[in-house]
Amino acid sequence: MTVESTAARKPRRSSKRTSAVKTTAKTTAKTTAKTSAKTPQSSEPELVQLLTPEGERVEHPDYSIDLTADELRGLYRDMVLTRRFDAEATALQRQGELGLWASLLGQEAAQIGSGRALRDDDYVFPTYREHGVAWCRGVDPTNLLGMFRGVNHGGWDPNSNNFHLYTIVIGSQTLHATGYAMGVAKDGADSAVIAYFGDGASSQGDVAEAFTFSAVYNAPVVFFCQNNQWAISEPTEKQTRVPLYQRAQGFGFPGVRVDGNDVLACLAVTRSALERARRGEGPTLVEAFTYRMGAHTTSDDPTKYRADEERASWEAKDPILRLRAYLEKEGAADEAFFTALDEESEALGKRVREAVRAMPDPDPMAIFDHVYADGNPLVDEERAQFAAYQASFADTAEESK
Amino acid sequence: MAMEKMSIAKALNESLRKALDTDPKVLIMGEDVGKLGGVFRITDGLQKDFGEDRVIDTPLAESGIVGTAIGLALRGYRPVVEIQFDGFVFPAYDQIVTQLAKMHARALGKIKLPVVIRIPYGGGIGAVEHHSESPEALFAHVAGLKVVSPSNASDAYWMMQQAVQSDDPVIFFEPKRRYWDKGEVETDSIPGPLHKASVARTGTDLTLVAYGPMVKVCLEAAAAAEEEGKSIEVLDLRSMSPIDFDAIQTSVEKTGRLVVVHEAPVFYGSGAEIAARITERCFYHLEAPVLRVGGYHAPYPPARLEDEYLPGLDRVLDAVDRSLAY
Repeated sequence: MTVESTAARKPRRSSKRTSAVKTTAKTTAKTTAKTSAKTPQSSEPELVQLLTPEGERVEHPDYSIDLTADELRGLYRDMVLTRRFDAEATALQRQGELGLWASLLGQEAAQIGSGRALRDDDYVFPTYREHGVAWCRGVDPTNLLGMFRGVNHGGWDPNSNNFHLYTIVIGSQTLHATGYAMGVAKDGADSAVIAYFGDGASSQGDVAEAFTFSAVYNAPVVFFCQNNQWAISEPTEKQTRVPLYQRAQGFGFPGVRVDGNDVLACLAVTRSALERARRGEGPTLVEAFTYRMGAHTTSDDPTKYRADEERASWEAKDPILRLRAYLEKEGAADEAFFTALDEESEALGKRVREAVRAMPDPDPMAIFDHVYADGNPLVDEERAQFAAYQASFADTAEESK
Repeated sequence: MAMEKMSIAKALNESLRKALDTDPKVLIMGEDVGKLGGVFRITDGLQKDFGEDRVIDTPLAESGIVGTAIGLALRGYRPVVEIQFDGFVFPAYDQIVTQLAKMHARALGKIKLPVVIRIPYGGGIGAVEHHSESPEALFAHVAGLKVVSPSNASDAYWMMQQAVQSDDPVIFFEPKRRYWDKGEVETDSIPGPLHKASVARTGTDLTLVAYGPMVKVCLEAAAAAEEEGKSIEVLDLRSMSPIDFDAIQTSVEKTGRLVVVHEAPVFYGSGAEIAARITERCFYHLEAPVLRVGGYHAPYPPARLEDEYLPGLDRVLDAVDRSLAY
């Protein structure tokens, strides 16, 4: 199940270095750091950034990262393949192979950066858009498509990759993550849990309750909010009057805003939050400041509520382009790498396409499967009635021959 | 054989104690369940003996209680959650219906959600608003949930054992005005399956079906009717989802008449489901339409009016008479 995914590899440690390329910022870049550490909105200067939109490495006083060339290429590869998979899924929806698709376009750095910060024994509670995180966990991408094609509601085994099922009702999973983390603490394990949600979900009561419970019980959970600026048609201003990360303060744990289009910063900040959880210091809220480049889902039309200029301004901050610029500048990847990756991307697209087209409709009797773990006489009765009803058509077909 | 006389409250307490003792994965969660032992003292002394790590006082947030219980269940725990009163469950309704009930199916059976949600329910205690409701139909309507309610101490003890052992989520409705009713509890052997109805009194002329707090009322009605020469069978349903329709059918095939009694509003209540199914199953055995006695399509009234609202002996007997006169 992990053929193309790099998730099968052991979690990376910054101390492991196989290549000579050092990625720490050059001292000359430090002045740049100060200016580019500002957020896109100058009134909110708290954004953690380690790689500028132009691909310049900068330092941050609280977060550092030191990756090998191999690791950098790995992050780049993850983002490119995730974007390719996402594009394929959008195309499959347009072709009628999927009923719906929720694209992650633009959020690759937030997802790959945070996803690669996780250890195998950590546990992920995603929304329905965490395709990049799923990739990092080694979940077969085609598994994600079943629910969007309508053959199941998820169906993968959450425990095989420590990646819970996609949760559609927004915010609910933050409580599941908190409960799971409470269990981790009871077990005396040093694993951490990460709950993904968005700027829209931040308004849900369940998210506030998850903050309360996790703080009260000091649960080892990281709340990773991808603020992609839009909850379908509603801008973040319709959800909050303060920067989202600042909400954590009222609950008694730290919050940090990170450049969600900077994979290095997302990795560093999430790692730090996970380590904090492992040390028994409780939850952290990470707000990854990013942008949903596409529609909310394939059913949405963003031209009705947002300006082209806004999207264009975020295009200049593309997470993949900035890492590519850095890789090229550092000589950490050559043309052969990019060419091979293009080929790998196309192969992935083809594999996903073929897998979706080959995905059979479930047997109608599957309606009655797994309603209860211990069985239920009502379900049995209705299953039998339905089977008899179905069989009555088979008889008719038989007779008409 | 250990036979003990105890109240329903004590039986629940003993049962939870046994569950905590037997399985280290069992947890108790809820508001005031720790030092106080719950507002009805059902968890009295459990935190003292099993610690704050297993008997957990939670923040006052019902969705948070159930949502985190789901997460704990995913981690391998078996949480038994207390919702303080029936009318306080609704903040958790989304987590129960949208997540708890459906997650096993969503995962195509690959994960289980062994969560018990205890809810003291029903009226008759002179309480303020939201403390006297019977919302069982709102849960029985949802596939993936099991819904039960004991009427006596022995069932309280054993049904709680079975609910904790269930790999499916169980909504466990406790008849709060009967908490202090005493009965014999045999603590050595399981009397029967969780979802089977039991015949609380045998009779030949009419079947009364009830559960939880209404079983006592129906037994009293049957005793009163006997004085008038009427032989009433009382069936204690015990489980509202699934419903033991076979047991009701057996009884109705014998008596030919059925009256369903519950505190919950009659409209869309479990009596409606029972009437429809039994009409299908026993059409040629029925001597009268299935009648229902229950709450009205109005908010639960202020305490001074609850005796008028709740089905009592006379209203049950009135329905019995109407059925027999048909």
